[in-house]
Amino acid sequence: MDRWVQSACVLCSNGCGCDIAVKDGRMVGVRGRAEDIVNHGRLGPKGLFGSWQAHRTDRLTQPLIRRHGVLVETDWDTAMSEVVHRSQELLAEFGSSSHGFYTSGQLFLEEYYTLGVIGKAGIGTPHMDGNTRLCTATAAAALKESFGSDGQPACHTDIDLCDALFLFGHNMAATQTVMWARVLDRLAGPDRPRVVVVDPRRTPVAESADVHLAPLPGTNQALMNGLVRAVIEHGWVDHDYVHRHTLGFDELKSTVEPYTPEHVAEICRVSPVDLLRAAEIFGTSQRVLSTVLQGFYQSHQATAASCQVNNLHLIRGLIGRPGSGVLQMNGQPTAQNTRETGANGDLPGFRNWDNEQHVQELARLWKVDPLTIPHWAPPTHAMQIWRYAEQGSIKFLWISATNPAVSLPELSRIRAILSKKDLFVVAQDGFPTETTELADVVLPAALWGEKQGTFTNLSRVVHLSEQAVEPPGEARSDLDIFLDYASRMGFRDRDGDPLIKWKDAEGAFDAWRECSRGRPCDYTELTYEKLRGGSGIAWGPERLYADGHFPTAADYCEDYGHDLLTGAQTTPTEYKAQRPDGRAFLKAAEYLPPHEQANATYPFLCTTGRSVYHFHTRTKTGRSPELRRAAPEPWVEMSPEDAAELGFGDGDVVLVESERGSVKVPVRIGRCRGGVVFLPFHYGYWDVEHDGHERAANELTLTEWDPVSKQPLFKLSAVRIRRA
Amino acid sequence: MHLATYLGLLHGSLRTLAGAFREVAKGHGEEPDVASTCQVLAKRLDGQVEKLGPIVERYGEHRESEPERLHAAEFEQTRSGGVGLLRDLQDLYALASFTDITWTVVGQAAQGLRDKELLDVVSSCEKDTARQLAWLKTRMKQSAPQALIASRE
Ligand code: SF4
Repeated sequence: MDRWVQSACVLCSNGCGCDIAVKDGRMVGVRGRAEDIVNHGRLGPKGLFGSWQAHRTDRLTQPLIRRHGVLVETDWDTAMSEVVHRSQELLAEFGSSSHGFYTSGQLFLEEYYTLGVIGKAGIGTPHMDGNTRLCTATAAAALKESFGSDGQPACHTDIDLCDALFLFGHNMAATQTVMWARVLDRLAGPDRPRVVVVDPRRTPVAESADVHLAPLPGTNQALMNGLVRAVIEHGWVDHDYVHRHTLGFDELKSTVEPYTPEHVAEICRVSPVDLLRAAEIFGTSQRVLSTVLQGFYQSHQATAASCQVNNLHLIRGLIGRPGSGVLQMNGQPTAQNTRETGANGDLPGFRNWDNEQHVQELARLWKVDPLTIPHWAPPTHAMQIWRYAEQGSIKFLWISATNPAVSLPELSRIRAILSKKDLFVVAQDGFPTETTELADVVLPAALWGEKQGTFTNLSRVVHLSEQAVEPPGEARSDLDIFLDYASRMGFRDRDGDPLIKWKDAEGAFDAWRECSRGRPCDYTELTYEKLRGGSGIAWGPERLYADGHFPTAADYCEDYGHDLLTGAQTTPTEYKAQRPDGRAFLKAAEYLPPHEQANATYPFLCTTGRSVYHFHTRTKTGRSPELRRAAPEPWVEMSPEDAAELGFGDGDVVLVESERGSVKVPVRIGRCRGGVVFLPFHYGYWDVEHDGHERAANELTLTEWDPVSKQPLFKLSAVRIRRA
Repeated sequence: MHLATYLGLLHGSLRTLAGAFREVAKGHGEEPDVASTCQVLAKRLDGQVEKLGPIVERYGEHRESEPERLHAAEFEQTRSGGVGLLRDLQDLYALASFTDITWTVVGQAAQGLRDKELLDVVSSCEKDTARQLAWLKTRMKQSAPQALIASRE
């Protein structure tokens, strides 16, 4: 071992502080940083094994270009010239709306911000989003709807201080193991907090719960309305807080009125007694921490249900206090930065696209005409970007650091779009993937440890990740690739100077600090120097909204909000008429039965999710021997009763089929509630010989999304199962 | 009293609008958000029709003899492509505006009659109609630039 290099883990949104061990120019291990406020030195299996091992195996080391239908190796100049040539040609003929950018939740802040400026002020396209749409869009949407702006209210310390912990659709033991370890400390220690878990599966998290509610997939909103109703009904409301700091209580109250425990029990198939016990725990605890994740975000009425979690905290006044608050979780490690910098389409710095002043601010900062910056409608969300590409009006799609050919719903459709002749696809990645295979130009990218940059975790903690080693072959950092594109495209500001004025990560960070000045996510206090040594540092105070003042003022908020049932936007005039002025919104919506239902042909509901050993589409974790061995193959999990009825034993290979496609996997008899089956979504095709498209869970999922957050409904596919 | 004439008009146009939302849902299945939202709104329109029931029972309803200018049947042939979607949504917008103003007129009558029950019905249905219009506007604003500028279908 030659030296330790400071970093943080990028394999989930917890963002554990770590050091990378370097020997002879190679990464040879990691250790947790004891002084870090996030993980106190701990690392989980993915961090320990998935982070550093993959960087030397099986990488893309040279640009590739499609010639006569086949991808062949080429040099950077040829590859970039082709990208720029196609880009300019299409801009000249079809304008900026012919371009789409689909990025990730795994790059660094500096890369996102640079991409954001290129897209918004260089090209001027509204079609920018990332796979964060699949993991974290509802978190952002729910925070904006309730509080006026994105920004995580709570912090990790609240785990240590709460006396009740609610996990809504969040299998923390699988998704954020080190965070879960912190919870386990509490569960095994004195003053054990009471735990309530909402999950259709009996996960290890659910097993440790005092109350486990397992609603039928698609019925979260009914359950949440029932919880809110019970808290109101039993007089557990902090009326003084509600009066001073919120808007909309009367409407909330009348909306949830019909959701009696019996009514909810009928819709969700949960016990009314358990529902009341859960409500009582929420209503009578002094310090409540809630976390929300994909069980809510990727399901029916995602934003509405997640807003109800915010509502529970608001009506009890339990937010911004030690041990009390909400963590609308992120999935991917750097998703927060995609949202902050606007690489997901939003305007950078949590600015409001519908607020002319905010657009002017950016135009001044970037020295461009405000009309260049697309703000005539909300940014185009990912599912719509893919639809435009399918219809042929997007002709240039640049995909960075993500693998839509495994992670998007209804994969046969996605493969067809990526293969379209009139769509020019650039794919930038560290590994060959199911997506790069279908691209026209493939750009080899440096990964974590091979480049420098910062990222922000689920509790707003910013870490600096230093470069430990050189990238393999000719791979370059995503930042360098974007900068190269910008300079070849010749983007200029109003004075004729280059639009992008920075040349390295620190320069990009400083430009971003300026962009964030005065906004809710103000980074001006942070510098690379301050982030070196010690712990990661959060932007903003330890907890947001300690004073009950929310960023809802009309000239400051990030969004004017939506109707939760349809996604209809609130107009600026309507918004101002409510005079929110720092008060939070208690948003309400009735429950609607989901469109996709189990039926005679497809009698089961299939939900997809995560394994503790893998991250995303396994491009990294699948290349770590330990993790690969721990979970080598996909499976379908079902309840013992359902398996018995169908005559399946553990390990029997079955076909799981939906209207959209099918997969062939072994049965694992396990933790699902009756009528529900589970598939892990990580597995694709790069590591199997026969490419029959019978492995990825997303062969089955449907193209449908939440009306507000636009997050796809991965957790709700009607399927049938038969012996293969 | 001519209220019956307006109730007839309203009753008819609500049914027409519900049917039109259903047709658009069917015709634009490839835009899943349009399809599912139109279904949701159609269902709520059924609810409006239901709420109008007791009112109609009390005041009667009178169907105009002059030809109806707004037909759900016209939606059976939904258009295709980006511009087609835009036009179909715009037709829905026109129909929804018609029911919107009809509710307003009926609401005025309810004020004059001091009919508390009718006032409640009007206020809840007006809210729902505002929701239809707001969604249609949102969705059209979203698709207009791409349909009108970038698309070459
Ligand atoms: S909990 Fe997440 S960030 Fe921490 S080591 Fe595990 S994968 Fe990495």
